[in-house]
Amino acid sequence: MAGEELDFRKPILEVRDLAFGYNPERTVIQDISFTLDKPGFTCIVGPNGVGKSTLIKCINGIIRPTRGEVKVYGRDVSTFKLKELAKIVGYVPVMTGSYNVMTVLDAVMIGRYSRQKWRTRPEDIMVAHKALEAMEIDDLAMRNFNELSAGQHQKVSLSRGLVQEPKLLLLDEPTSNLDIRHQVYVSAFLKRLCDKTGMSVLMISHDLNLAAKFADRIIVMGPPGTIHSIGTPQEVFTEQTIRDVYNVRCKVIDDEGKPHIVLEYVI
Amino acid sequence: MAEPDPVNDAVDAWITREDVQSASSEVDDYGKYIRRKWIFIIGCIVAAFLASGYSLKVGAYDIGYAETYQTIWEHITGNIRPGNDDYVIWDLKLPRTITAILAGVGLAAAGAVMQSILRNPLADPYTTGISSGASFGATIAIGLGLTIGSAGYAVIANAFVFALIPMGVIMLVSKMRNASPGTMIMAGIAVMYVFNAMTTMIKLFVDPDKLSAIFEWSVGTLEGTNWDNVQIMFVVVLVGVILLQLIARMLNVISTGDESSRSIGVDAEKLRLIALLIVSLLAAGVVSFTGLIGFVGLVCPHIARLVIGSDNRYLIPASAAFGAALLLVADGIGRWVISPSTIQVGVITAFIGAPLFLYLIIKNKKDEW
Repeated sequence: MAGEELDFRKPILEVRDLAFGYNPERTVIQDISFTLDKPGFTCIVGPNGVGKSTLIKCINGIIRPTRGEVKVYGRDVSTFKLKELAKIVGYVPVMTGSYNVMTVLDAVMIGRYSRQKWRTRPEDIMVAHKALEAMEIDDLAMRNFNELSAGQHQKVSLSRGLVQEPKLLLLDEPTSNLDIRHQVYVSAFLKRLCDKTGMSVLMISHDLNLAAKFADRIIVMGPPGTIHSIGTPQEVFTEQTIRDVYNVRCKVIDDEGKPHIVLEYVI
Repeated sequence: MAEPDPVNDAVDAWITREDVQSASSEVDDYGKYIRRKWIFIIGCIVAAFLASGYSLKVGAYDIGYAETYQTIWEHITGNIRPGNDDYVIWDLKLPRTITAILAGVGLAAAGAVMQSILRNPLADPYTTGISSGASFGATIAIGLGLTIGSAGYAVIANAFVFALIPMGVIMLVSKMRNASPGTMIMAGIAVMYVFNAMTTMIKLFVDPDKLSAIFEWSVGTLEGTNWDNVQIMFVVVLVGVILLQLIARMLNVISTGDESSRSIGVDAEKLRLIALLIVSLLAAGVVSFTGLIGFVGLVCPHIARLVIGSDNRYLIPASAAFGAALLLVADGIGRWVISPSTIQVGVITAFIGAPLFLYLIIKNKKDEW
């Protein structure tokens, strides 16, 4: 491996003084610092345009930050070869590209790129099938990707993220098109996966209650470009925080030890 | 908590996945699916082989279908029979047939990759400006006598060099801005219009003889090729297609979008420039010898895509084989219909390809792109 070695005792992710802007006067995010020192399920929440997706893309090296640094296992992400980084950090964007005429299985196996040579091995086929099974869409394996619904596309993209077998999986609103069963299912699956494998998931979500139920940590973003607070759901989800960040009124009630946010539907 | 058990089972099944190494029905099914792709590719190669016999037979000095193959075989094995058969087939007719194969392979493979990297169903050597550049280069060589290369290769060298200019512009534009596929196509179209305007302007002033020579070049022809030209084309096409085949898996990754392809391990912008360079050399290498043969680069990849799907590892060879077969059949028909006169191959490819294409679009209700 080129450059610095990975130190697996170091945190999977350290973000320090991160800033990004399309031009110098207008930054999208600034002074972002946080560390994922323990594996687990972390949700990023916050209003539209606050810089959640930009933050995730900076972490993944998709966009180059204007300032600050992102370290994965102690090594700066910009020093990774893309293929090496792909084995450690996975990313599922909010919009899935068109896969042209491609079966769902082929679309999922694209995620195996960093672990595969030119040929498709039986192992890759099986891992892709297992990932589809995990997302409860194994029956769609040989269907054309373009024939599926938006929710099914999301499950295919999630499967693609899984077959990459990353240590850190970045997800941009992966449950936005899913039905309520699968919103719960996918969130619970990710939480359980983190608990059992020591993997980390960093997921952008707009569903605060789902985040409160399953996340180990919440990063609340707002006002635009900054982090408001970081902590367990109990720590960050207060009536005051929701009001400050989202400008909505709500009641936070206790639901079996987890906060549950009830909107007042008054703006 | 809502239904914890199925989730737990699913997570366990995903984590353990013990049987991934062993053979299974899923692996067999995928093997069958891949085999279907190979059947299409092999079918096209067989069709090209059979059509090349006809292409060698048709026209003056017809020695018969089987005898044509026999004569070639005898030449290859060194048992050349006395008489004219060997000279006519090997020296006069075969270069044309091989030119057709190479042009079909090169243009169709180039078109397939252009469509993949630009994520646009209309991308081909025309819309990306390669043909317009080649056309301008040939026009100034024929019309004004401004040439880069020497005598025999004057037009070819001009066409080749000018064919690369639009690609240069596209790459320059994409270096200055981000290399988004849409920007690249728009840059290509802009360059195409400039070249076409310049070509038209020259055509207005040249004398009729030269005008007709320019016209003949611009419709595309397989005539007038010889073994020397074929050798150069062969090297260009072979190297080009091999290089494309090597990056085929990366081209698949690009289809997920630039951002996710980066996270999967492929730098889409860099790959797009590399692929564009290979493709423009490949297309320019073909077009500069044959003139503008339209349609093959656009339609062959689409037909191949409809039949076998978009996996570039199979799409590139399938398009190439289909392109060769289509061009040979078109050339055969072009020489047969109003024989002894010939209809230019570019005209016939459009006549055969377009209805076939429409039929497939209508029959295939699902959206291709």
